[in-house]
Amino acid sequence: MATSLVRRALSRVQSSSAAKLILSRAHASEPQNQQAKPTAQSTHSLKNFQIYRWNPDNPGKPELQNYQIDLKECGPMVLDALIKIKNEIDPTLTFRRSCREGICGSCAMNIDGCNGLACLTKIPSGDATMITPLPHMFVIKDLVVDMTNFYNQYKSIEPWLKRKSPAAAGWEGKEIYQSKKDRAKLDGMYECILCACCSTSCPSYWWNPESYLGPAALLHANRWIMDSRDEYTQERLDAVNDEFKLYRCHTILNCARACPKGLNPGKQIQNIKSLES
Amino acid sequence: MVGSRAPKLSGIQKQVLSLYRGFLRTTRSKPPENRAHIESIISGEFRKNSKLIDRKDFLHIEYLIRRGKKQLDQLKTVDSVTLSSSNVDDSTKP
Repeated sequence: MATSLVRRALSRVQSSSAAKLILSRAHASEPQNQQAKPTAQSTHSLKNFQIYRWNPDNPGKPELQNYQIDLKECGPMVLDALIKIKNEIDPTLTFRRSCREGICGSCAMNIDGCNGLACLTKIPSGDATMITPLPHMFVIKDLVVDMTNFYNQYKSIEPWLKRKSPAAAGWEGKEIYQSKKDRAKLDGMYECILCACCSTSCPSYWWNPESYLGPAALLHANRWIMDSRDEYTQERLDAVNDEFKLYRCHTILNCARACPKGLNPGKQIQNIKSLES
Repeated sequence: MVGSRAPKLSGIQKQVLSLYRGFLRTTRSKPPENRAHIESIISGEFRKNSKLIDRKDFLHIEYLIRRGKKQLDQLKTVDSVTLSSSNVDDSTKP
């Protein structure tokens, strides 16, 4: 799932003929597909983006600002539209972005009410699209939110390999081998890019952001619990075995719906719960 | 300060004062030659904002407290020895 999303994003070419790509992307290899483009696109060229604006230097109430852009001259993804707005209409618009292919997790935001990465979300059809920062996070400016608490929670689960037994003679500082079966246990967890889409879509996390670790941190906790090379499994289980840290998860599964990488943090949290005795 | 004569402070005012106290306390762990400079920046910033910002503008004050806490965490790290500030000329703004 994850790789297919990345590949999908990669297949987009940054060029002026981006509108053509919207139609031809599904069957990129079929040349006759391109004949359909003028009629289908001519009706839907203008689109409104309502974007959340708040500037700390000039603080007032946050507001939605409307930008109208021509989709014919814009790439297919929401991030392309944002970059176009920043380049051509309003250079003060602030948002995080980096890889534009769904591997860095910088451009997480709320698009038409759903959390997602702007670089992996196609511009929705329809007249207007609303873009706001991730819900229930402190805004630093416009679409940029304060991730300090989120990162501290990730840090609190100690996301690194911890060993008790010393390395075998001659193997100091070398890698520790793992069977293919053990490695397969990490699938569905190692792909997480910490974009915070899941945590900020979780109602439990909204009400207890300080005490509940949230789906992203718990998914990573489970990643290290399941790792065959890690020897602190029991300590890790004890560390999260807490009324608030872990058991605020009520299996709402908004996390699985929101995850842009197609992971299921709810299932991983369930796994931790089943291991707690 | 005499307790009975001290003004009753709201929660947010207490937060601001404790932040200010935290900054001044952290300054004491810095090299003595920089201390006066750091303190002048800190108190200058607090005093400027105390005049500039309406006391009912909670959104803004809360934002500044969050920002201040972050900056305090940064100042607390052993590696940071001094503060510096840059003045942006307001007249150039549109």
